[in-house]
Amino acid sequence: MATNNGDNEQPLKVVGKPFRKVDARAKCTGQTLFADDITLPRMLFAKLLRSHVPHALIKSIDTSKAIALPGVVAVITGRDLPIPYGILPVSQDEHALCIDKVRFIGDPVAAIAALDEDTAFEAMDLIEVEYEPLESISTIEDALSIEQPRIHDYGSGGNIHKKVSLEFGDMEEGFAEADLIREDVFFYEGNTHLPMEQHAALAHFDADGKLTLWSATQTPHYVHRALAKTLEIPASHIRVIATPNGGGFGGKSDPFNHEIVVAKLAMITGRPVKVTLTREEVFYCHRGRHPVLMWVKTGVKRDGAITAMHFRSLLDGGAYGSYGVASTFYTGALQTVTYNIPRYKFEGVRVFTNKPPCGPKRGHGTPQPRFALEVQIDKIAEELGLDPVEIRRRHLVPPDSVTANYLRVGSNGLGECIDKVVEASDWKNKFQKLPYGRGIGLACGSYLCGAGLPIYWNDMPHSGVQLRLDRQGGVCVMCGSIDIGQGSDSILAYIVAEVLGIDPFDIRVLTADTDLTPVDLGSYSSRVTLMTGNAALQAAERARELLTIAVAEKLDVPIENITFAERRAFDVENPDVGVSFAEAVQLAEAKFGTIGTVGSYTPPRSPGKFKGAGVGPSPAYSYSAAVVEADVDPETGIITVERVWIAHDIGRSINPALVMGQVEGSVYMGLGEALMEEMTYRGNRNVVHKFPSLLEYKSPTTLEMCDVKTFLVEDPDPNGPFGAKEVGQGPLLPIPPAVVNAVYDAVGVRIDEVPASPDKVLKAIREKAQGKEGRYGPKSVPEVEWPAPLKVLTPAEGGDGRELPREAAHMKD
Amino acid sequence: MIKIKPMAEDKKQKAHIRFVLNGETVEVAFAPHKTLLEVLREDLNLTGTKHGCELGECGTCAVLVDGLPILSCLALGLDMEGREVTTIEGMAEGGCLHPLQVTFADLGAAQCGYCSPGFLLTAKELLERNPAPTRDEIREALSGNLCRCTGYIKIYEAVELAAARMRGEEAEPAREIIHGYE
Repeated sequence: MATNNGDNEQPLKVVGKPFRKVDARAKCTGQTLFADDITLPRMLFAKLLRSHVPHALIKSIDTSKAIALPGVVAVITGRDLPIPYGILPVSQDEHALCIDKVRFIGDPVAAIAALDEDTAFEAMDLIEVEYEPLESISTIEDALSIEQPRIHDYGSGGNIHKKVSLEFGDMEEGFAEADLIREDVFFYEGNTHLPMEQHAALAHFDADGKLTLWSATQTPHYVHRALAKTLEIPASHIRVIATPNGGGFGGKSDPFNHEIVVAKLAMITGRPVKVTLTREEVFYCHRGRHPVLMWVKTGVKRDGAITAMHFRSLLDGGAYGSYGVASTFYTGALQTVTYNIPRYKFEGVRVFTNKPPCGPKRGHGTPQPRFALEVQIDKIAEELGLDPVEIRRRHLVPPDSVTANYLRVGSNGLGECIDKVVEASDWKNKFQKLPYGRGIGLACGSYLCGAGLPIYWNDMPHSGVQLRLDRQGGVCVMCGSIDIGQGSDSILAYIVAEVLGIDPFDIRVLTADTDLTPVDLGSYSSRVTLMTGNAALQAAERARELLTIAVAEKLDVPIENITFAERRAFDVENPDVGVSFAEAVQLAEAKFGTIGTVGSYTPPRSPGKFKGAGVGPSPAYSYSAAVVEADVDPETGIITVERVWIAHDIGRSINPALVMGQVEGSVYMGLGEALMEEMTYRGNRNVVHKFPSLLEYKSPTTLEMCDVKTFLVEDPDPNGPFGAKEVGQGPLLPIPPAVVNAVYDAVGVRIDEVPASPDKVLKAIREKAQGKEGRYGPKSVPEVEWPAPLKVLTPAEGGDGRELPREAAHMKD
Repeated sequence: MIKIKPMAEDKKQKAHIRFVLNGETVEVAFAPHKTLLEVLREDLNLTGTKHGCELGECGTCAVLVDGLPILSCLALGLDMEGREVTTIEGMAEGGCLHPLQVTFADLGAAQCGYCSPGFLLTAKELLERNPAPTRDEIREALSGNLCRCTGYIKIYEAVELAAARMRGEEAEPAREIIHGYE
């Protein structure tokens, strides 16, 4: 079989070149059809009536007045959709419309289909819902202490959704070896994706009994499964077409109530039904960054080598499970892949509160612990009198190694990333040398190139590609992946074009249609370039093999001499002897019949076998380092980030221009989280969103966005297609900690919480002026009854990746 | 059985206006309370104009009216009588893309592409009144448009490249825009 990383001596013609995206001009001319741009004849409009109370039993719902309103075609309630669903098999805790109980402001209770949107709005006011309010729970502290009422009747008791405790190696020994032990507490406020496109979906149930749903979703495969489950019709009768997403960032990764509702309304009415959420509804849909309280205890030797780390995270999950169990594990998974941590313990708890549900946002569960870790490293460096660069640079996880928690690291270009940004930013002449009010800060990060395990347990590939070659020379790539703006459609075209020696614009890319394209799990966890890329590479190499056999026979030259380039197949030793690409397909079609090939990708097995080992493994890890230079105004507390230098270890750029765009976009989003973005709530129980609008939810405009100097580090990873790794999420991670590290260098105050808004900075500066510590952040974390840890010997201790039997673990105590 | 909404007499009359849309005179009838955004998308089927908030906060729905950028979600359709409106569908001339459309596509200034129509039209107006804007002037002109994908940087670079080409210069993107710094 051909090599799976496309590594051969041929110079690359497409990979590594800045071709424009295959859909770029459609997007610049208004031709791209997003979900809300599609209309069908006789289409109805749906609205969801949402709860205005945070936590209550539903005593009654009277829809009679609404259904009587002229222009209203159908009204449904939770009784019409009784089957629960949820993204994770362990959290099937959502109903498309609430049946007995509402759990947050924005939870839907009824839905209307009407001839026009205005009528649907009018009908919402006519639905009478009687609620019996329950005490609402709005904070992590509340959720840990209030046993009753419970928001859900499953989980780890009371309002605790999930508790985990994992211990890798002898922690006691680790801390005993340390010359310095630091304990720090951090808080990372929740924030939301804010895609410019509001979610929209259109359903059509045709006369032959087939349902089609067009939706702005990052995960058409999971929506497909949720529809089959909740509508009780065979999955084979359902077609989900994901429309190009007008921004996702994780916010369109769950199956949503409005998708199920329009499908049901289409089935009831026999007419197409569309729903488009308002911006306010998008805020309440959320599924964004979890607010996380963190406690970190780290032991280090005098040279900064970590001897042990004990990390605790407490997640405010909001009202539903969503991806939360995975998010919880992710807050404890990737600490180990940057700096060597020989012994590691993680305890995590996720609680339910009566707020919009949290889920995956760019970096999914890892920016919060990365913030804590990178700020604490700076504090440790200061205590040990080490430079923040040196303490990091000296203790990097080596390539081709297995961490204490059994993550297999392949390529690791972090050292080079650090060197690039340190040199470019003139770190040595700036750190601790800039005038008061200006500072410089460093931080690093790492992220997955796709999750090693699927969301629901199965042995099938994570990504599939079908290729169809026609005798006219046409090539169609079909794949279940969805382009959310990152350019995944183009990546498929580039890779196939490279292998077949044709131009990317010769290729038609057909994606994200469950009737026509093989399954890809979705555009999340930065999995698409690596996984669909490998699947496309395999399919294209199989097609090239068929063409090669037929062409070699025709030209009467050895098979190994046939090469493909410039839309031709030819003898590499005598390039004039050859055929056009279309002729090559014709020869192959004559010899083998219709030419179609498939490729698929399944990640390698992870060395971790313990319960909980499913979150964290990935075929490869990307690495980033960033230096931030910032001004801090001591009078106002306003932070102005002047410039960011960032280096990203991409493995290899399939298209460097697109990689640059992802790095810059990640820096931007990281700055938003560091400086201003927050999902916060008001009201006496703190459950009404403070500002569900684009104006008041602060995000950086052109006037707040700084210059970014980007460096791409290319150290090809054996698991990536042509060596490529991810770039969509990783470069966000170093930004928030680098910002607060720069603030400390500027004005000597520690902001152990994001967003580092002016009020917090000012408070810390004023305290420092009074001779106090000069720190803003949580003082402590609430007491939690942690479960006995699941203990695993580390690879260095001779572990085999399995948990120790409880008795043996006990004896070791 | 669907009950048809009996129309009140005062609601029965649709507004009926004539204006120049993308260089062509059009007539359209619509409910008089509709915004220009709604008239364009729902009554004229020009869905290239997008909505991000419908409250005038994000710039996504920007179009040109008599050559100036306005937020179509805050303008009444009725006010367009006799005006000239340009939407993204009218930005290319004939089959020829506007230089901004070329550079936005080539540099990746359009990632998800949802905010792109608003940015493109706003930038077009900027370059018409200022053929050689500085980076800060571009920032200022585009400060009412939100983009969540790009961090705005590829957008600035695309505007600068298009501006240079529109001034007749044979400009190509600098290496670091595409490959990063060395």
